Amino acid sequence: MAREVKIYTTPTCPYCKMAKKFLDDNGIKYQEFNVAEDKAARKEMKDKCNSLGVPTICIDNEVLVGFDEGQLKEKLGL
Amino acid sequence: MYELIIIGGGPAGMTAAVYAARKKINTLLISGDIGGQGLTTWLVENYMGYQFIEGRELMQKFEEQVKQFPTDVKVEVGKRAERLSRVDGGFEVRTDRGETYQAKAVILATGKRPRQLNVPGEKELIGRGVTYCAICDGPLFADVKVAVIGGGNSALEAADDMVKIADHVYLISLTPLTGDQILINKVKSASNLTIFLEHEVLEIKGKNSVEGIRIQDLKSKKEKELEVGGIFVEIGLTPNSALVKELVTLNRLGEIEVNCGNETGVSGFFAAGDVTSVPDKQIVVAAGEGAKAALQAHRYLQRLSK
Repeated sequence: MAREVKIYTTPTCPYCKMAKKFLDDNGIKYQEFNVAEDKAARKEMKDKCNSLGVPTICIDNEVLVGFDEGQLKEKLGL
Repeated sequence: MYELIIIGGGPAGMTAAVYAARKKINTLLISGDIGGQGLTTWLVENYMGYQFIEGRELMQKFEEQVKQFPTDVKVEVGKRAERLSRVDGGFEVRTDRGETYQAKAVILATGKRPRQLNVPGEKELIGRGVTYCAICDGPLFADVKVAVIGGGNSALEAADDMVKIADHVYLISLTPLTGDQILINKVKSASNLTIFLEHEVLEIKGKNSVEGIRIQDLKSKKEKELEVGGIFVEIGLTPNSALVKELVTLNRLGEIEVNCGNETGVSGFFAAGDVTSVPDKQIVVAAGEGAKAALQAHRYLQRLSK
């Protein structure tokens, strides 16, 4: 079953770009929110994910803050 | 058993991998990420061949070059080496995932990471207001009061970025400001910035996210609490050398002492880049050191096989 993947990013964050490249390379579909511009998404990231750091990656209801390839592989079952 | 294990996937480690591959050394590269500290530089303007290039893009080019040699260099990303020890005939690397790998020679190129304050509340609130990457997280603190900790160039750059974004910036430094005068002047001219010199951070406060910071004047011992929603820690870097502290002696900065051939004093164990005592922490220097270490490791392996 496809899992819902959301990624919260800022345009200047190198780890966000790496995380997106990793998801792209592995054919994982995701929704991206630029929290530098999108205030509602910033609020959602803070309130729902309890995070104030990017990238914040939400896989269904699991939250990962930062890009850790090993951890991401594990959570996505790759 | 591999002939060579390179630990670290930054500029030094990836350059070492290319040099090792060209010598047909059977190599394993283990790293938590590809790019290392090369990724944290927004724009690189002093790597020869490029007048300017994004750090991330330069590291992608390094990676592409490593991947030209898939038969000689195996790359394992997403694994962090936790311990390096001597075994019969060489060395053993243990990763955070419990795997072990063995090789006749090792190049350690693990670089440095941001230094932490080591005060109560810091660890608990990482990613919840405490950050070590100002260029990543800066925009999240629009119209919030923030503190920038440190007095060097990276702290001043973070402060300069944040005065444009945040409601107010407190710059807190243990020492007088040590960064470039041009940056100091720029930061001091901001109307929404307050500087606390010779102040120590005692505690970061907050339940779900950062709510404040407690600091102390080193001279008068007076304490003060500031209400802030974000804390940017910019107090320099610390070497990722803990995994070899039982194998070699580290200098007072925690770096590995190497000679001009990247030898550490332990036969077969080489080190390169920012984790070493080589003074200048630059991408071009780290890449050159990685090349030197691989060539020296090649000479070592040749001697072993005789």
